[in-house]
Amino acid sequence: MSTLAGERTARYVAHVMGMPISLALRGRHAADDDARAAWTDVMAVLRDVDVVFSTYRADSFVSRLGRGEVSPADCPPEVQEVLALGKAAERESGGAFSVRRGRPGGPVELDPSGVVKGWAAERAAEPLRTLPGTDFCLSAGGDLVCRTLDPDGPPWRIGIEDPRNLRRLIAVVPLHTGGVATSGGAHRGAHVVDARTGRAPSGIASVTVMATSLTDADIDATAAYAQGAAAATWLQTRPGRTGLVVWSDGSTTSVPGVTPGSAVAAAGGRSSPFHPR
Amino acid sequence: MSTLTVVTLLFGYHTSTSSEPVTSVLAAPAGGASSANGAASGSTVTGPSVSTRWGPVRVQLTVANGTITGVTVVDYPTENGKDRAINARAVPILVQETLDAQSADIDMVSGATVTSEGYLESLQAALDQAGL
Repeated sequence: MSTLAGERTARYVAHVMGMPISLALRGRHAADDDARAAWTDVMAVLRDVDVVFSTYRADSFVSRLGRGEVSPADCPPEVQEVLALGKAAERESGGAFSVRRGRPGGPVELDPSGVVKGWAAERAAEPLRTLPGTDFCLSAGGDLVCRTLDPDGPPWRIGIEDPRNLRRLIAVVPLHTGGVATSGGAHRGAHVVDARTGRAPSGIASVTVMATSLTDADIDATAAYAQGAAAATWLQTRPGRTGLVVWSDGSTTSVPGVTPGSAVAAAGGRSSPFHPR
Repeated sequence: MSTLTVVTLLFGYHTSTSSEPVTSVLAAPAGGASSANGAASGSTVTGPSVSTRWGPVRVQLTVANGTITGVTVVDYPTENGKDRAINARAVPILVQETLDAQSADIDMVSGATVTSEGYLESLQAALDQAGL
């Protein structure tokens, strides 16, 4: 039942941005000097991102932008790219997702971390794509980007954490190539809020989204989670995504996704009562 | 031991014409009937092919000593290899009796943001340590 019979999966772990980065490699360059060089490059990308985007560093561009000391035009182009992604997500989620939000009655603050994590991991995976004959699965704090070169080969097997019992899994997703992101309150408490109200959503425990790019999966997982009871119905309208919503009572809703050009599936998503309760 | 049951809520949402979710229920032999040698191998149960709007889905379970040691989708609802490689059709397989990481034969864990402080207690750490 192992992924590649007789072929060992090599693993690498390091920490940056306050979160663990885990890498699994299998294939020709799983555990040689090329693999180690690519892993070093992965971590260098993430450290660079941290310097620019960290809200914990007072001197980061994002912190200075939040204080109004610099304008977006003064920042590296990556900052404008992330802000544009955040703006698109805000529009497409009806305002539930926003990089500018605050608690009720509190100040509105700039916090693009809902965009940065998946986007950064997607960027950080670039050095791995240059490894010939090698499959990878890179995790940034529980959000993953995977590649499998042989479409008929074994997929990466991704366990989805049970938000109500973090030592257990609630589902397994076989994934060849693409991104998987999960948003929820399990580890950090209620850090995701509905930007329209400033309040944490209720009735929902976690949202996992699969998409071609981890950037999209991560944004949509957070945007869906922020919408609480509307998470599954909204996610169903998103093209190219599949997902799993776990509700606070432990019930679940699978979201099979809308394939591009599939008007039938989209219409079904709107007319069907997705909520299992 | 109780009979192991895995429910695959592949497309398990309600439709406007049916009050029942589309589910496939696979019943594996009771634990006592499975291989008792304790090895990683075990009996394999392949479920029925479930018809979905995108095509057939078939799930295979490996059971050893009453524990599900593997869940594999052997048929995907896809038409060609390219589709199969694209995650847009990736199917989450719900496990009715939640699994621990060691018995699930998984490569990675997706969960709400794991911090460096929380990492050592996480399932991902257990996987990383097992593989190092």
